[in-house]
Amino acid sequence: MSMSEPLLELNDVSVSFDGFYALTDLSMKLYKGELKSIIGPNGAGKTTFLDVITGKVRPTKGSVTFKGQSLLGVSEQKISRQGIGRKFQTPRVFENLSVLRNLELAASPVKNAFSLLGSGLPQAAKDEVHRIMNYVGLAPFATVKAGSLSHGQKQWLAIASLVAQAPEVLLLDEPVAGLTDEETLRTAELIKSLAGDHTVVVIEHDMEFIRDLDFDVTVLHQGQVLTEGPLDQVKADPRVIEVYLGPPEQ
Amino acid sequence: MKLFQRLVPWILLAVALFILPAALDDFRLNLFGRYFALAITALAIDLIWGYTGLLSLGQGIFFALGGYAVAMYLMLNTESLAGGNGIPKFFENYGVAELPFFWKPFWSPAFTLIALWVIPAVVAGLVGWLIFRNRIKGVYFSIITQAALMVFFHFFNGQQKLFDGTNGLKTSTSELFGQLVGSPDMQVVFYRLTVILLPLAFLVCRYFTSGRFGDALIAIRDDETRFRFAGFNSVPFKTIVFLVAGALCGISGALYTVQSGIVSPQYMSISFSIEMVIWVAVGGRGTLVGPIIGATLVNYLRSLVSEALPEAWLFVQGALFIFVVVLMPDGIYGWVTNGGLRSLLAAFGIAKKAKTYPQLDEEAVPVD
Repeated sequence: MSMSEPLLELNDVSVSFDGFYALTDLSMKLYKGELKSIIGPNGAGKTTFLDVITGKVRPTKGSVTFKGQSLLGVSEQKISRQGIGRKFQTPRVFENLSVLRNLELAASPVKNAFSLLGSGLPQAAKDEVHRIMNYVGLAPFATVKAGSLSHGQKQWLAIASLVAQAPEVLLLDEPVAGLTDEETLRTAELIKSLAGDHTVVVIEHDMEFIRDLDFDVTVLHQGQVLTEGPLDQVKADPRVIEVYLGPPEQ
Repeated sequence: MKLFQRLVPWILLAVALFILPAALDDFRLNLFGRYFALAITALAIDLIWGYTGLLSLGQGIFFALGGYAVAMYLMLNTESLAGGNGIPKFFENYGVAELPFFWKPFWSPAFTLIALWVIPAVVAGLVGWLIFRNRIKGVYFSIITQAALMVFFHFFNGQQKLFDGTNGLKTSTSELFGQLVGSPDMQVVFYRLTVILLPLAFLVCRYFTSGRFGDALIAIRDDETRFRFAGFNSVPFKTIVFLVAGALCGISGALYTVQSGIVSPQYMSISFSIEMVIWVAVGGRGTLVGPIIGATLVNYLRSLVSEALPEAWLFVQGALFIFVVVLMPDGIYGWVTNGGLRSLLAAFGIAKKAKTYPQLDEEAVPVD
């Protein structure tokens, strides 16, 4: 694979739910190391876009390739093992496992049932788990059940679990929903620290957060790419203003 | 205190092995043997339901398969039960002259000892794999397991020529090592065997529920989709535990059969499989001690109530289930370990009340 080839490519992807098109002929390329924010009004198809990449929804039409290999019909777990990780819109953690166990499960380099019965987690993975746990400030809560964490802590645990999975591509669906301003700021720092080694796609509504991240912005509208570019340029685009605020009055 | 806690299981085992046989009469001891046999089924259900979130209403299938395996062996190897052509007498009633082919391996004790848990395990593994790979979950899983139970029930109930149908196979009049299976001496042997196998079943369940495999089961119960997105295929995990639970139910059914003296299609009745779930709910699911307490206690209560007021048991059982679900969602064991007993005593002024904000120090700042 040469550098000029995209890591992840969506080509003319449409998703129809009983005639309603959540995505219409969407094409997008993601290069290695690229950092992208995706915004768009409700119903623009942002979450469906992630569903298609991660194997949750099979597109009605079009192709999705990762490193030149088609992802169509590949199960969620296999896509995940290929290196595409996803954080869901609501923070989904294993509520009855402790913070440490949550991270250790995600960090497990082998995902096979028998190997989980037989052997412990390799020391390297344990060290990585502790590094991540310290980084997100959850180390004091290592033995606390994830279900009793606060909303913000759950969000971080969800992001930290994703990082522990060591994916190449991180897809983050609303990582700062319901967080305080300070938590939002720290999350932006956390995500920026991942840049470099990782390819990151962030879906968000919070414009301050998008500005903090300073990634290139893609605007989705009615299942298609409306425009792309730096935040300020995108915000000045009359089409973007129209889809967010409605058509200008006559 | 730590030492005492370590000793508790050994004390209980010693009591069950040596003190109960001395203290109880044959009839009571036999009943306790049955309760402990049923406790193995409760452990199996806890493994799949309490830990993995799979509410099976069809464990009676595997229980009965284990029971039939041992009963077939006993029928074949008891001369007094044989008819004219050397096969069990009941076949004559239906004009069957030759032993059905699948009975034949049960002449062998070694085959029987393996079959009584391997056959249920294979059936469970196959049924489970088909259900899980098609991603059937939740209430649909429960309905399918119940439907499978009905299929098995009607098959065994209707096939007089193969299994003596609705009559079942009577083991109490059969012989083992030249002794009557129903005799008090043999029953004590079966009781002791059950008391030894129950802790082993406990250890098997602990092996699967502790460590990283156990974490994976809890993860599947909490959020299976998220588990898949972490790169795990949940199908083998669920198939393995369902298979193990099937094997445990088979062993449980075999132990129960030799102690109750009969195996019949009633072991595959819908209500019996639901009762199994109730034992686990009453004792406390998601813990390994809970199901043992639940199965023993509910069945002991059943014996007591049935002896005093034969008609009342179903009402008592229903009331008990509602009481536990509403007031003790974590079951008896969960209620006790969560400090339920202390708060009850405190309500009567017996136990010392906790100071205000009792959890502030313990939980908000966990000890590292």
